[in-house]
Amino acid sequence: MTAALKVVRPGLFDTVQDMGRIGFMALGMPTAGAMDRIALRLANALCGNPAGTAGLEIGVMGPDLLVEADSVRIALVGPLSPALIEAPQAPTKPLESDRTHVLKRGQILRLGMVDGSSTAYLAVAGGFALRPFMGSLSTYARAGIGGFQGRKLAEDDLVPLAREQAPAGDDKKLARPFDYGSGPIRIVWGPQDDYFTERGRHTFTAADYRVSKEADRMGIRFEGPTIEHAKGADILSDGIGPGAIQVPGAGLPIVLLADRQTVGGYPKIATVASVDLPRLGRLLPGQTVRFTPVAVGEAERLRRDQEARIARAIADFKVARPPGGIDLVRLYEENLIDGVVY
Amino acid sequence: MSVRYLSCGDTAFTVEFGNEISPEINGRVMALHAAIGHAAAGELLGVVETVPTIRSLMVSYDPLATSRARLEPEIDALIARGLPTETASRHVSIPCCYDDPEFAPDLAEVAERTKKTTEQVIAGHLASPFKVYVLGFMPGLAYVAGLDPSLFLPRRAQPRVRVPRSSVAIAMDMTTIYPFESPGGWHLVGRTPLWMFDQRREQPVFLAPGDWLSFQRIDRKTFDRIAREVEAGTFDWAALVSGA
Repeated sequence: MTAALKVVRPGLFDTVQDMGRIGFMALGMPTAGAMDRIALRLANALCGNPAGTAGLEIGVMGPDLLVEADSVRIALVGPLSPALIEAPQAPTKPLESDRTHVLKRGQILRLGMVDGSSTAYLAVAGGFALRPFMGSLSTYARAGIGGFQGRKLAEDDLVPLAREQAPAGDDKKLARPFDYGSGPIRIVWGPQDDYFTERGRHTFTAADYRVSKEADRMGIRFEGPTIEHAKGADILSDGIGPGAIQVPGAGLPIVLLADRQTVGGYPKIATVASVDLPRLGRLLPGQTVRFTPVAVGEAERLRRDQEARIARAIADFKVARPPGGIDLVRLYEENLIDGVVY
Repeated sequence: MSVRYLSCGDTAFTVEFGNEISPEINGRVMALHAAIGHAAAGELLGVVETVPTIRSLMVSYDPLATSRARLEPEIDALIARGLPTETASRHVSIPCCYDDPEFAPDLAEVAERTKKTTEQVIAGHLASPFKVYVLGFMPGLAYVAGLDPSLFLPRRAQPRVRVPRSSVAIAMDMTTIYPFESPGGWHLVGRTPLWMFDQRREQPVFLAPGDWLSFQRIDRKTFDRIAREVEAGTFDWAALVSGA
């Protein structure tokens, strides 16, 4: 029997994603990929996987997964409240997020709700045993391609694992949750900021915009004051980069994300700086944001700084206490830092 | 001819050659697309991919490997060295069945509105020198311009909720072939037995920007035979393509 995770109860929108299907936009192929690339990278690093390994993106509510392998090491990253069910009918035991766990055959991982964010990630050591499509395991559900059968996970799916057993080694955890930053979402003006009046551009950066219910992997429609166009809302279609903010005739901004189409004919007032794209990938309906402009060079610098912080977060991983055991290393380290022995 | 650089955040920018639909401008777009694709090792480091559209090219880059300030002069230099006016293009022949009313539900209406017979509409479609300008909206959907001007019509006032896969349609100065069943507002004038997107194929998307396209009329019997071969994965796609 091949090693697998069996979906005994599906979540809301769980899809296999990696860093995206790169290089085929000219053929009309959306890149797809993780909405929050930082969390997926941290999950992979915790498991000892290469950065581009595919994991499971958990949308709003996660599935219950039965382990059909001798053992598997998983990493969960994001504001989840996961739990472990040791055997059918056994009580559920809470698990921590932002760390790895080793699960055994017959155990059920209940991922539960993502709290205060729209996405969280599960990585498995060794990755999933799925065939890449056009160089990527990212699911693009609109065309039914990639990932697990081109769709979100459903009941009784057997998601195959590349490893039969968890690799040896300690469990690891994040020293602290990754700081995504706060404050306004940084944007770069363009490509079509000249299609908007001075007043329209001012409105866009001075007002609060609320995430509407129309928010998914393709993009987020915002609600708020309308942005004034200067010369109509139609352009000759051109390329759409990640985080492009298009403003159709009605004047409300739509930020285009992982599953966005490759070209489009609405003017794009600005583009979210790549440093803040993972924050967009975590927004929930009802949450409010503000947009603030930065220059291209500044956006590039912010991104490089963030990469350095991701590398630091990975270098700072701690050994995680096995469930029920005492983590002497952690105790020792914390005592040294605090200077107090309780 | 000068170009405009338009920012698309810190991971892409668009090189705009003009603001109109013209073969000359699109030729330059395709030439820069090809030139960047064939850049020598060590040149244009950090470029991830390029997306050609009718009058501009979007260049995606990795801000951890390069920067806008470094790439813009590199691309300026590439353009200054001179772009070929005509890049090598494939010629693709698409078999199309116009004769079944199920395949061509709008043929009669198009004929009526353009004051032609249905045979004249078909002849106009067959004679049009089509060129693939852009792929987008969905994987493999091509915007193909070059329709006989006497067949220009706006899109349907009431789009269809469901257009069958492989429908051949016209609107404005363009024709297209639906790669998936999807909603659509174009006029359906025929159907090809080919699949524009087939994930079993090594190259799942059949058409590419820059391709010249012509349609070849087939009857229902031929349609059914080719459809069976496409379905079975035995169809000889290479026979439809000539040129570079």
